Amino acid sequence: MPASFMPSAQEMMRFLPETLLTLAGVFLMVLEAIMAPENKGRLKAFALFALAAALAAAVIAYNDPGPAFNRLLIIDGFATFFRVLVIGVAILAVLGSSQYLAREGANPGEYWALVLFSVVGQSLMVTSNELIMIFIGLEISSIASYVLAGYLRDDARNSESALKYFLLGSFATGFLLYGVAWIYGLTGTTDLSQIRADLANRDISNSMMMIGAACALMFVGFAFKVSAAPFQVWAPDVYQGAPSPVAAFLSSGPKAAAFAMFLRVFVTAFEPVADRWEPIVWASALVTMIVGNFAALRQTNVKRLMAYSSIAHAGYVMVAVATHSKLGIEAAMFYLAAYALTNLGAFAVITCLVGKGERFVEIKDLAGLGARQPLSAAMLTIFLLSLIGVPLTGGFFGKFYIFKAALDARLIWLTVLGLLNSAVAAYYYLRILVVMYMEEPGDTVENTQEMGGALKFVLVGSAVATLVIGTFPSLLLDVASRYAVLGR
Amino acid sequence: MDSLFFLAFAAIAVACGINLVIQTHPITSALSLIGVMGSLAVLYLLLGAEFIAMVQLVVYAGAIMVLFVFVIMLLNAGAEKRVARPWKPYLVGAPLLVIFVGVASCILHDMLGDSDPVIFGSFTQGGAREIGRSLFTEYLLPFEVTSVLILIAILGAMVLARKEF
Repeated sequence: MPASFMPSAQEMMRFLPETLLTLAGVFLMVLEAIMAPENKGRLKAFALFALAAALAAAVIAYNDPGPAFNRLLIIDGFATFFRVLVIGVAILAVLGSSQYLAREGANPGEYWALVLFSVVGQSLMVTSNELIMIFIGLEISSIASYVLAGYLRDDARNSESALKYFLLGSFATGFLLYGVAWIYGLTGTTDLSQIRADLANRDISNSMMMIGAACALMFVGFAFKVSAAPFQVWAPDVYQGAPSPVAAFLSSGPKAAAFAMFLRVFVTAFEPVADRWEPIVWASALVTMIVGNFAALRQTNVKRLMAYSSIAHAGYVMVAVATHSKLGIEAAMFYLAAYALTNLGAFAVITCLVGKGERFVEIKDLAGLGARQPLSAAMLTIFLLSLIGVPLTGGFFGKFYIFKAALDARLIWLTVLGLLNSAVAAYYYLRILVVMYMEEPGDTVENTQEMGGALKFVLVGSAVATLVIGTFPSLLLDVASRYAVLGR
Repeated sequence: MDSLFFLAFAAIAVACGINLVIQTHPITSALSLIGVMGSLAVLYLLLGAEFIAMVQLVVYAGAIMVLFVFVIMLLNAGAEKRVARPWKPYLVGAPLLVIFVGVASCILHDMLGDSDPVIFGSFTQGGAREIGRSLFTEYLLPFEVTSVLILIAILGAMVLARKEF
C-alpha cells in the first residue's frame, strides 16, 4: 500500500474542527440512547464543550494555513473567519435553545447532535475549494436544517415549515448540481482554482452561452440558500413555522456559510466572467432589498417580520457580492458577523416571549413589554436599532462598509437605492419599538416566563457585542480585512 | 451500431422520464423511474464506465427502487385524483418551456461545433480498479464525508418519524 493512502498529520490538523464535531455528534447520539433521562442535561454541556473545542481547533488550524486532501479543502483566512463565525453562532444557538426545548417538552439530545452535524456541513462549505465538497457540505447543512425546522413534529406549523423547506430546498440543490455538472463538462475539473484558470485562458466568447447557463444554474442554487430574490419565497413560511431558536440559527449560521460559499465560488472560480454576472447579482440584490423591506411593512407576525427582515439583509450582502472586490468581501464578512449577533439576540427575546406552544407571536403581543420586562425590552431595542442601522450599533457599520465598497466599485445607483431601502426598513422596526413602549398591554398577555440564565447570557452577550462592534468597528473590521484572503 | 444503441436507450430514458411525470398512479411512476435508471446504466456502459453502470443497476434500479415500490405498496397509495387544473399557469409555463428548450439546444449546438466527438470504446478507465483508486486517494475526503451525510439523514428520519416515547 503506498504511503499516500494515509492523509498526513498536517492535513488532519487542518481538518480537525470537522473531525471533532463529527465524533462529538456521533457520541451524543449514543449517549442520548443510553443515558438515564435525569442526566440528559449534561448532553448540552457536552455539546457546548465540543463546539468550544472545535472553535479552538479552527483557530489553531490557521497557524498552518494551506490546502488539504488534494486541494479539496483550503484553510485560508476567509475560511477561518467563517469557521469561527458558524461555530460561534452554533454556541449561541445551543445556549438559546435549551429553555425552549424544555418548555415544549422536546427531547434535546438529537437536537444538539443535529446542530453539531449542521456545523460540520457549514464548516465544509466555507473551507471547500472544490465543487463536490461544497455540494456535500451544503447537503449536510441543509438536511440538518430541514429536520431542525420540523423538530417539534407534533406541531403542525413545524411540519409545514419542514416540508416546504425540504421540497423547495431539494429542488434548488438540483439546480446547483446541474450547474456543477455543466461546469465540469465545460472545464473538465471541479477545482475552483483550475476552473478559474481554464476560464481565464479560453476564448470566452466561443462558449459564453454555456458558461452563462452554468453560472446561472449555480446562481439559482446559491440564491435560494441565501434567500435572495427571486428565490426567497420559502423564507417567511419556514421561519414562521420553525421553532423560534431554530429560526434564529437558520437565519444566522447556515446563511453566513451559504454566503461564504457563494462569494468563494463567484469571486474565485467565476472571476474571469465577473463583468457578465455582476448585472445579475446587481438586479438580484436590488429586488431582494425591495421585496424584503416592503413585504415586512405589512406583517403582523413577529417571526414572519423577522424573516422578511432577514431577506432584506441578504439583499444588502448581495450588494457586497456585486462589488466582487476585496473591500466588498471584507464588508460582507463584517456584515454577516454583525447581523448574526443581532439576529440571534433579537430571536432570543422572541424565544422567551412567545410562550409555551408559541401562542404570542403577533406584534401586538409585545405591547407594554417595556413595563413588563424592562431588560428584554431594552435589549430588543438595541437589536432593532442595529437592524435599522443606527450609529453606535454593529448594523450601522455593516451597512456603512457595504455601501462604501459599492461606491468604490461604482455601483452608485445600487447604493442610492439601497440607502432608500434602509430608510423604509426603519418604519417597521420602529413600529415594534412603539408597540413595546407606548401601548398598554392587552388582556391576552400574561405569560411572563422568567428568562433562564443561558438565554439571558445570549441576550446580554449579543447586545454588548453589537454595541462594542458599533463603537469600535475597527476591532472586527481589522480582523475581517486581515482574513479576507481567498486562497487561490 | 453504438450510436444506434445510444439513440435507442436515450430515447427510452426520455420517454420513461416523461411517463414518470404524467402518470397518476405512483407504482407506474416508480416503474418508469426504473426504466430511466436502467437505460442510463446502458448509456454509462456505452461510454466505458462499467463500474458506474453496474452500481447504477444494483443500487438505483435494484435496491433503492425496490424500497420505493415497497413503501408505495405498504402505504397503499392510490391514483391521484384528477382535479380541474387552472389554465393560467400554462400561459407562463409554456413559453418558458419553449425558451428553455430553445436555449438548451442553442447551447448544445454551440458546443458540438468545437468539441471532440465522443468515440465509443475509447475510454477504458471506468473499471472497479480505477474507481477504487481515485476514491481512496484523490477523493478520499468526499467519500468519507458522504457517510456523515447519510448518518444525518438517518438521524433526521428517526427524529421525524419515531413513535412518541
